[in-house]
Amino acid sequence: MRYEAPNTLDQAVALLAAELGEARVLAGGTDLLVQMRTDVIDPVLLVDIKGIAETRQIREEAGGFRIGAAVTGAELKEYPRLGSVWPGVVEAANLIGSTQIQGRATMGGNLCNGSPAADSVPALIAAGARASIVGPQGRRDVAVEDVMLAPRKLSLAKGEIVASFLLPAKPPRTGDAYLRFIPRTEMDIAVVGCGICLTLDARGACTAARVSLGAVAERPLLVAEAARVLTGNEALPVLLQKLDAAARAACRPIDDKRGTKDYRIKVAGVLARRAAQIAYQRARES
Amino acid sequence: MQEKVKDAPSSQFKWVGTRAVRPDGVDKVTGRARFGADLAMPGQLVGKVLRSPHPHARIRAIDVSAAANLPGVKAVVTRDDFKDQPSEFIPAGEMMINYRDVVRNVMAREKALYEGHPIAAVAATSTSIAKQALKLIKVDYEVLPHVIDVVDAMQPGAPLLHEDMITAGVEPAPKTPSNVAKRVEFGHGDVAAGFAQAEIIVERAFTTKPVHQGYIEPHACVASVSEDGQADVWVTTQGHWIVRAHCARLLGWDVGKVRVTAAEIGGGFGGKTVVYLEPLALALSKKARRPVKMVMTREEVFRASGPTSGAHVHVKIGARKDGRIVAGEAELKYQAGAFAGSPVQPGAMCAFAPYDLENVKVVGYDVVTNRPKVAAYRAPGGPISEFAVESVIDEIARKLGMDPIALRLKNAAKQGTRAAYGPKFGPIGFVETLEAAKAHAHWRTPLQKNQGRGVASGFWFNIGGETSVSLQLNEDGTLSLTAGTPDIGGLRASLCMMAAEELGVDLDRIRVQIGDTGQLGYNFLTGGSRATFSSGMATVEAAREVIKEACKRAAKLWELPEDAVEYMSGGVRPAGANAGKHAPMTLSDIAGIAGKTGGPIAGYARINAHGAAPSFATHIADVEIDPETGKATVVRYTAIQDAGRAIHPSYVEGQYQGGVAQGIGWALNEEYIYGPDGRLQNPGFLDYRVPVASDLPMIDTVIVEVPNPRHPYGVRGVGETPIVPPMAAIANALADATGVRFTDLPMSPPKVLAALDEARAAGTAKM
Repeated sequence: MRYEAPNTLDQAVALLAAELGEARVLAGGTDLLVQMRTDVIDPVLLVDIKGIAETRQIREEAGGFRIGAAVTGAELKEYPRLGSVWPGVVEAANLIGSTQIQGRATMGGNLCNGSPAADSVPALIAAGARASIVGPQGRRDVAVEDVMLAPRKLSLAKGEIVASFLLPAKPPRTGDAYLRFIPRTEMDIAVVGCGICLTLDARGACTAARVSLGAVAERPLLVAEAARVLTGNEALPVLLQKLDAAARAACRPIDDKRGTKDYRIKVAGVLARRAAQIAYQRARES
Repeated sequence: MQEKVKDAPSSQFKWVGTRAVRPDGVDKVTGRARFGADLAMPGQLVGKVLRSPHPHARIRAIDVSAAANLPGVKAVVTRDDFKDQPSEFIPAGEMMINYRDVVRNVMAREKALYEGHPIAAVAATSTSIAKQALKLIKVDYEVLPHVIDVVDAMQPGAPLLHEDMITAGVEPAPKTPSNVAKRVEFGHGDVAAGFAQAEIIVERAFTTKPVHQGYIEPHACVASVSEDGQADVWVTTQGHWIVRAHCARLLGWDVGKVRVTAAEIGGGFGGKTVVYLEPLALALSKKARRPVKMVMTREEVFRASGPTSGAHVHVKIGARKDGRIVAGEAELKYQAGAFAGSPVQPGAMCAFAPYDLENVKVVGYDVVTNRPKVAAYRAPGGPISEFAVESVIDEIARKLGMDPIALRLKNAAKQGTRAAYGPKFGPIGFVETLEAAKAHAHWRTPLQKNQGRGVASGFWFNIGGETSVSLQLNEDGTLSLTAGTPDIGGLRASLCMMAAEELGVDLDRIRVQIGDTGQLGYNFLTGGSRATFSSGMATVEAAREVIKEACKRAAKLWELPEDAVEYMSGGVRPAGANAGKHAPMTLSDIAGIAGKTGGPIAGYARINAHGAAPSFATHIADVEIDPETGKATVVRYTAIQDAGRAIHPSYVEGQYQGGVAQGIGWALNEEYIYGPDGRLQNPGFLDYRVPVASDLPMIDTVIVEVPNPRHPYGVRGVGETPIVPPMAAIANALADATGVRFTDLPMSPPKVLAALDEARAAGTAKM
């Protein structure tokens, strides 16, 4: 196995594009190295992208934040203002693993690991984040919900790397939240995850919403119907019941070692309601 | 050795009952301590095991030629390297073993009986070469139908693991083979007559899942065999004399040629009382003529080392309206894994042990399935049967509108009670634990919304056994204490404290070690909560031998008869009529003249420790349920247990807390998940969910002390009983909160929510 640690995206792309065997991008390695150690994968090339400046930086851009794909959970938490502007995203990223893992785990890796249960992904989708992808054909921006297609399957072409994410400027009276269900309190994989971002008008009615569910389908879902019901005219308890139903209706989960279909569907509705209540509160306070 | 208990309050001791600094602490917190995988030897090879991917398959042929020819591979072993063993069951502490099965478990012979069953092992110069070599081994399998569930395995027509297995304990013996290895029965009285008197009868079926001991340190060893046949093994184990015995037997070597050293141990809980890697590493080392190190991955630990049984349990209890139990009956079906030997016998003996019953009957079945062979796990068998019984007792109390502690008090076993498994109890502290629970503030504190409270009790026998200890008086008066039971729960601290107490010297004068198999006589393993009891008893005997010798030496010096010298407060003095004739001498003074008065002074005790006494516990659990997700969180927990006497209370409390932590995992989330292909789907700590620290409340403890009269300091074993009550305490708390009786472990969120929704639909849910 070859290990390369280039300093530019162009070099990284060239290495990945030229390799005929299985090539993998190494960010924090908290999934990749575990999969190698347990013989799930056996790559011939690892391209470590942590030496590339863009992947390791957070900077404010267009009123929002550009976050490098290899920025760690701990760095997200420590970055000024990020947690108060996009608390749902930071909280979601910080749910991954232990304190030690937080020092390594990245949102780029979380997305590109290709798990429908990735915690940071529904939060990024709800926040309207876009991934900046660099490859042999140049750079393109893609909505985060369009990056993953199915378990372990991404919409990236050979040689393409997710370099950074852009969290947009947050509109006024907007709040985001992410909740997941796990049987333990930490150190676990989401049985269901739900990210919600919503915007209120001056009277406190919801005018725009994005609802994303994780671990209930082959990929994280952006649930348009759930967002639509939140912008209705009914009283909040009614809206939340409709949200619950819409979230459940969007689920197409499997039975597996982490949960049953029925359970995932029920809990998706519960988490959608609970996440929405937090997002409402944050929107009112923002 | 039988001694009178020092029945003075603990405060009268200088060391016993204090929270002294542990002698192994500094090495552990600084990383100096050497665990199983920490030893490296010059020229050492890496040993790896090829494991069966099939849960059940006949092994037609194994071709290792390509692997053996791979550069860097120094040895390969298969079934052909181990002689077959005759079938005979021999006691091994709390479990039984049969070398016919042990040899087949360390290396599959005719068949692979579970996914992960070793097929071959290689020793190579690097891990990657060893792994490559495994891929080159060609195994011709005839895949057979498999059976994972215990009830399925008992059905006629179930795939047979052992074509010649005839159920033992059944008269007349069955004519056809089955997966039922053994039937056991315990009890007395007439249960039918008892049930006829009952005014209330509750009957329930329960299931529990196999759960792993979950020790953080995987199995690991280094073996080195010299050209002249001298063998050394360094290993993480609960019993190195057992490792020596098993390895010598399986390899056909003299016991004396094998020396085994126990490394510092990173958790055992019963799971490190058997051999897996050691015979393979020795066989590889003998072939390769180089040391071989083998370390299991976590995945191998889960796929191939023993959990405890999963089980199906049926319990029926009848009582009068005043709460007096008139009959108890249970049927236990325990899965043993691939080979006979589940802990169904102790499970059957424990089931009703806390209660004074006139009519009781327990029948148990030991059933083989295509899973890894079970190993001892903390009170093996007890938590399963007692979970069921304690749940039914709680239900009877609820139905009668009686306080569950009062109901238990009404039926509690006391000194003189004939236990359901036969013998009469000596002094025991069960009633004292119930009284302490009733008096505890926890029992009276109001619950919050969505919370319930449960109480449950538990019992474990505890054992003694063969034990050797040496205590050398060094030339400056310091002491070197060598014990042979690996320290998994505070043994070294406790032994030093008992020795210091006996000798009247400061604790820091004594340095303690766990000796290797060449340094002491036979020591049975650390298990059955026996180490502090047995090695403590031997330590006291060794210390008294040192005292006796010290008096003898002073008598010689002073030219007095031996009985004219007494030992007090760490020294000797003339006694009786001769008092004051000579200045007292300290133990150091005696040590200084040892050479001139007869040579080195040492105590050496080799005993079969008798008089182990059971320990009872009563636990209180508060559980909060999220009504929408079914997630149960233990929010408050109190563990009350009779320790006999707590030599080092912090360690005793640690045992109580550790048992509860494991019990909470067993109750709420731990389970082996198998696919229809018979393969384990969760061989890792991510999806085999032991509790993490934040899942647990502060586990409060109360140490009750009803001394064991047959131990010099009143010690009972304490390590196992704490894992017995938690499953029922939590199930009873869930019943209190929800109105739903949970009978299937684990009580994981999907199961709890489904049961809640069902009860809501039926109008019986409390939330």
